[in-house]
Amino acid sequence: MTHEKLTMAQALNRALRDAMAEDDTVVVFGEDVGALGGVFRVTDGLTAEFGEDRCFDTPLAESGIVGVAVGMAMNGMRPVVEMQFDAFAYPAFEQIVSHVAKMRNRTRGRVALPMVIRIPYAGGIGGVEHHCDSSESYYAHTPGLHVVAPSTPGDAYTLLRESIASPDPVVFLEPKKLYWAKEEVQLTPVSSSGRAMEGRETEARLTPASSSGRAVEGHETEAHLTPASSSGRAVAGHEAEARLTPVSSIGRAVVRREGTDATLIAYGPSVPVALEAAEVADREGRSLQVVDLRSIVPFDDETVCAAVRSTGRAVVVAEASGFASVSSEIVARVTERCFHSLAAPIRRVSGFDIPYPPPKYEHLHLPGVDRILDAVDDLQWEES
Amino acid sequence: MTGDAHHLLPSATPVTLIGIDGHPVADSGRTFPSDADLRRALASLITARRLNDQAYALVRQGRLAVYPSSHGQEACQVAAAQVLDDGDWLFPTYRDTVAAVGRGVDPVEALTLLKGDWHCGWDPYEHRVAPHATPLATQLPHAVGVAHAARLRGEPTVVMALCGDGGTSEGDFHEALNFAAVLRAPVVFLIQNNEYAISVPLARQTAAPSLAYKGIGYGIPGERVDGNDVAALLTVLGEAVARARDGEGPQLVEAHTYRMQAHTNADDATRYRTDAEVEAWVERDPITRLTRHLDLPAAEMAAMADEAEQVAAHLRDGLNRDIEPDPARLFADVYATPTPQLREQQAQLADELAREGALG
Ligand SMILES: Cc1ncc(C[n+]2csc(CCOP(=O)(O)OP(=O)(O)O)c2C)c(N)n1
Ligand SMILES: [Mg+2]
Repeated sequence: MTHEKLTMAQALNRALRDAMAEDDTVVVFGEDVGALGGVFRVTDGLTAEFGEDRCFDTPLAESGIVGVAVGMAMNGMRPVVEMQFDAFAYPAFEQIVSHVAKMRNRTRGRVALPMVIRIPYAGGIGGVEHHCDSSESYYAHTPGLHVVAPSTPGDAYTLLRESIASPDPVVFLEPKKLYWAKEEVQLTPVSSSGRAMEGRETEARLTPASSSGRAVEGHETEAHLTPASSSGRAVAGHEAEARLTPVSSIGRAVVRREGTDATLIAYGPSVPVALEAAEVADREGRSLQVVDLRSIVPFDDETVCAAVRSTGRAVVVAEASGFASVSSEIVARVTERCFHSLAAPIRRVSGFDIPYPPPKYEHLHLPGVDRILDAVDDLQWEES
Repeated sequence: MTGDAHHLLPSATPVTLIGIDGHPVADSGRTFPSDADLRRALASLITARRLNDQAYALVRQGRLAVYPSSHGQEACQVAAAQVLDDGDWLFPTYRDTVAAVGRGVDPVEALTLLKGDWHCGWDPYEHRVAPHATPLATQLPHAVGVAHAARLRGEPTVVMALCGDGGTSEGDFHEALNFAAVLRAPVVFLIQNNEYAISVPLARQTAAPSLAYKGIGYGIPGERVDGNDVAALLTVLGEAVARARDGEGPQLVEAHTYRMQAHTNADDATRYRTDAEVEAWVERDPITRLTRHLDLPAAEMAAMADEAEQVAAHLRDGLNRDIEPDPARLFADVYATPTPQLREQQAQLADELAREGALG
């Protein structure tokens, strides 16, 4: 197992390289992913290392990219496609909602689509319109799609490896503003034996989140990669499924910071903001716990509810507009499950219900530390 | 319906009227624009180049978030604006700031979005310039709709719809062409083929002999024109506009040009093309060519340069003014009437800011 200090963009690049090296059915394509290495350089060097058949630029058409990926996944490949920016994935929406999400169901489980749709997403980078959308709710609302959003380079690596290995399609949301965040990452060893299943058992360690040893199995993950059969035909669906180790980061939330007074629930780009709020609160004498979902679908009710029960108060933090959103889903399901443990209604701090504003207005829109702490202040503390 | 598609085919080579040496091309068989039109175009080109370079400099100074320059492509944009009447419409992309300015949009307004202030800086109805579109090719069906509505309303409007070579791969491009053809909508589709879509060269975008062939399958005639020859552009686009206005339906024009600078200042073009390739296009520069051709007295050239300098100064002044974002603006114009939820959120923000103000 190797350790390296990597940015999130580099960790994602390593995940792609390692997956491509281990499994030659993994192919990467999209707009500007070849010579340029992607506008965020996540695919940097892949064409040079693996050749044009494995990493290639497509014509400029997102619906085509995703639609072709569907066909390739039907025929034994594991496509990992890049949408250049969140809002530029919308031309592919029809393919994603009507086919990517439904193929397994429509074919009574016969046809699986082991494919990953990578999307640089969300704001905080001063980007102009169409470059800052938080589009997770559209995907999370669509049954059949896994939706994940890492907040650290370590998780980015592990989640992407697991997404590529997953028998189900994954919408992989990469918080743009965290691309350049650096941390020590433990990398999964790349099997030297190549194709043999036994040689592909991999262990991926996640960045430890808490020292107290809270019950979060996700801390340590074992992921077995899906094999490609020797004929190169699609085994993806059924066989692969059986071999996937149940414990993985997909579907597992993690406690990023221990705290006893209230729980902040966040994912993707909002996790560092929540952690910062917890830090400030700590100085003000309030102990906030921070849960990082990592995976929106599947949703880890167990970890999230255990965390909320332990403090009795919660605030959900998300960049996306709040109305009919992932954050409203979290409030609903946690309230349903934890009502009797709650000292106050769960609050949400989300983006306003407006189109993503221009750069000079962004700071007014995004959930910030003050807004989070205001919400925490509102959690009916008088009796304590 | 006739099986003969010959009248839809573009010429084997792009139409050129003025050669690189500035001399008219012999036997072009096409109408040469008037001297007055060419002088007007030269003045616009010089201003356009100055604007491109000024905007690029303003990015470096942090006054603009980003700028997709049309340096080298100015002839296409100047001609596209110049061939239109006041009642016509222009549908620009993010790279077509100069075309919008050609229609009369104030350059400061044209760059409001890239300054980070608001999404569209101008009133689309004032100069009949649609908000520029960033999601590629999405503006093209709108252009068809505006043209079709004009026809239904009995207006003589023609719509000039701009798009890049990369944009022709998007589904909306094809749907727009088909709708326009079936509806016989008075639209001129102008593709600025600048050889690249960010890093992706044309060869990876299409296997067609040229982008002008994209019209044939829809029953739209295609033409190829030298995109660095403003005379050829004025003629080809002018005639296309006239045909559309005369009820002959949509027209497709592919202008062959080159993106002389990186995609935007944020792009590193050295990763995917050589300096030599770029250098080879320098001699085809649209301004040099027309300047040679017109060979105007120094005083007249100086006057054009002066005019360009004034426009650049106006842009600098406008962009150097700091923006004080108005928080209420965030919630305005989402709906005709704000929802109760938006009013609540607006009050929340106002309260936050008031408390912050009280602290500060
Ligand atoms: C639907 C969509 N997908 C991707 C992008 C990202 N993008 C912006 S410009 C560009 C290249 C466009 O190339 P082209 O159409 O040739 O126009 P040019 O930039 O060369 O003027 C890309 C891929 C986008 N704006 N919209
Ligand atoms: Mg182009």
